[in-house]
Amino acid sequence: MSRRILSYAILAVGALLTTFPFMWMIGTAFMSDREAAAMSLNFWPAVWRWSNIMQTFQAAPFGRYFYNSFLVAAVVTASVVLTSLLAGYAFARLRFLGNRLVFALVLATMMIPFEVTLIPNFLIIRDLGWYNTYSALIVPWCANAFSIFLVRQAFLALPGDYYDAAKIDGCGHLRFLVRVAAPLVKPTLVTVALFAFLGSYNALMWPIIVTSDKEMRVVQYGLTVFWGEGGVRVNLLMCASAIVILPTVAIYFAAQRYFLESSLSAGIKG
Amino acid sequence: MEVERAPGQPRECSDVNGLVGWGLGTLVFAGCLLFRRPLGTAGDTVLARLDDILDHPRFARLGDGPSAVLLLVPALVILAVFGFAPLLYAVYISLFDVHAGEFVALENYVRAWNDPEFWGSIRVTIYYALGTIPTTLVLSFSIAWLLFRLGRGRGVFRTAYFLPYVTSVVAAATVWRVLLRPHSGYVNALFHAVGLPAQTWLIEQRGVLYLLTHGWFAPETGPSLALCCIIAFDVWHASGFAIVIFLAGLTAIPRELEEAAVIDGAGPFQILRNVILPLLSPTVFFLFIVSAIKAFQSFNSFYTLTNTARSTDTQNLVIYIYAQLYENQRFGYGATIAVCLCVAIVALTLLQWRFLGRKVHYE
Repeated sequence: MSRRILSYAILAVGALLTTFPFMWMIGTAFMSDREAAAMSLNFWPAVWRWSNIMQTFQAAPFGRYFYNSFLVAAVVTASVVLTSLLAGYAFARLRFLGNRLVFALVLATMMIPFEVTLIPNFLIIRDLGWYNTYSALIVPWCANAFSIFLVRQAFLALPGDYYDAAKIDGCGHLRFLVRVAAPLVKPTLVTVALFAFLGSYNALMWPIIVTSDKEMRVVQYGLTVFWGEGGVRVNLLMCASAIVILPTVAIYFAAQRYFLESSLSAGIKG
Repeated sequence: MEVERAPGQPRECSDVNGLVGWGLGTLVFAGCLLFRRPLGTAGDTVLARLDDILDHPRFARLGDGPSAVLLLVPALVILAVFGFAPLLYAVYISLFDVHAGEFVALENYVRAWNDPEFWGSIRVTIYYALGTIPTTLVLSFSIAWLLFRLGRGRGVFRTAYFLPYVTSVVAAATVWRVLLRPHSGYVNALFHAVGLPAQTWLIEQRGVLYLLTHGWFAPETGPSLALCCIIAFDVWHASGFAIVIFLAGLTAIPRELEEAAVIDGAGPFQILRNVILPLLSPTVFFLFIVSAIKAFQSFNSFYTLTNTARSTDTQNLVIYIYAQLYENQRFGYGATIAVCLCVAIVALTLLQWRFLGRKVHYE
């Protein structure tokens, strides 16, 4: 019994330490300037200043940053779902010459670290005239091998009889895909969409490299420059961090099931 | 930081209109698929017509070829243009001095070989990998093990430990950066309260060994205190993922094996060592490979934590590549370092596969 209490105690202390930066962030976000700048162990504001949220949006164009981030993430997500749905179906169900070879090549792109293709990709974007455009932020991320792989696996798990039955009824591949197969792999598509959205929303390096215009900044980039541009007003900086974190945490809690399922399979199947 | 690099490039976001149309189109289409709202009879007719064309008897010899081309083109074009082509392009431009436009053969590689900053960034990358991977694995396994035994309340704790992982690295690192401020930061306030000297944390270039032993080691020995802070941050940020995966692995182990070991008189540590760990080896192996690859690619935490105070003691390979591109615009040399990084990652993964993979026990 005492061992049980001990493990509870260890876990509780660990959990407090782990979540402390976030508690501190939220407390500090609503402090007055003086409270936030003081060197003290206090992280509970005397008065909760909700107006700090407004001030943060006034200190830097976070509205614009969010607009950019959400626009880019939404289009990337939709495109990734679309491209991996189509390609995943083709690799799983269609018989054509070179299916295996092309699929192996697609998987091989997973091995290429993004950092390695960074400079060539920048040069390609520049030569396309896409520097400082939404296209630069979106198009390179509209397809990825891992999503295609996930969707293909989901299609392989569907019984082949479905297609045979549909074919007898006069249904071709496209109609079968849209009407029958896609709704059946919806959980996988949601997982793919979640990862695509979060990946795009959380990206930092690529936006730094292909945009320089203030109007084109995404939130993550905006947050890194806020430190210098906003003067160091710690409370507003923490308020901005909290605002940036909020959407991802909300999405995570709304879709916890899908996240856990996907990590479960990753861990067990290796 | 604000470098205007490409003169003559449009500064206006002129592609907004086309983009919004395209974006809305894909959104509607994806929405139809996801929420099972049929496209209506009109959409159905269109699909049926397309299918008729693709399955035309004229193409019978090609099997499903025509449909495959249609379905694969969107994904393959993007992967080819932004995945494969840049890889070859990277190798190609690493043989050039891009600004002068001349072919310099292996000169860039020779230069890297003789570049102390390049070797310094490799050293930082290795310290970082050695610092993060074992710590994350041991720490998250311990927590997962405690959570696994716990039963009640597991969900709450799991959520708490998973929280850092679902926040963006940039935002979380911003919080850490403020906590670790050199003068009035919270951590220094804590140090002050317990009577320890204040530290400069993220801008401290001297080694931790030097600071801990009060000058017994040279200041350049080992990782700097700043690098250790980055390592601590990433352990904190990445542990949640490893914990969830360890928990999944532990849950998948059949309980009978454990019970059998108890009947045979094995103590908790013997069970852990001889039953649990061997059965968990695929999970450990998976996490090891994933975190090793990630360690070599780490950028966001380095960038955010040392944004304005970047120095060689916290410059890893990726930051160094970025510096070539962003600050020096030496594309050829940057590509050279990138090619070296790629070779290193592939070699490392293959080595792990060969040596560790053999020890993995699959049921």
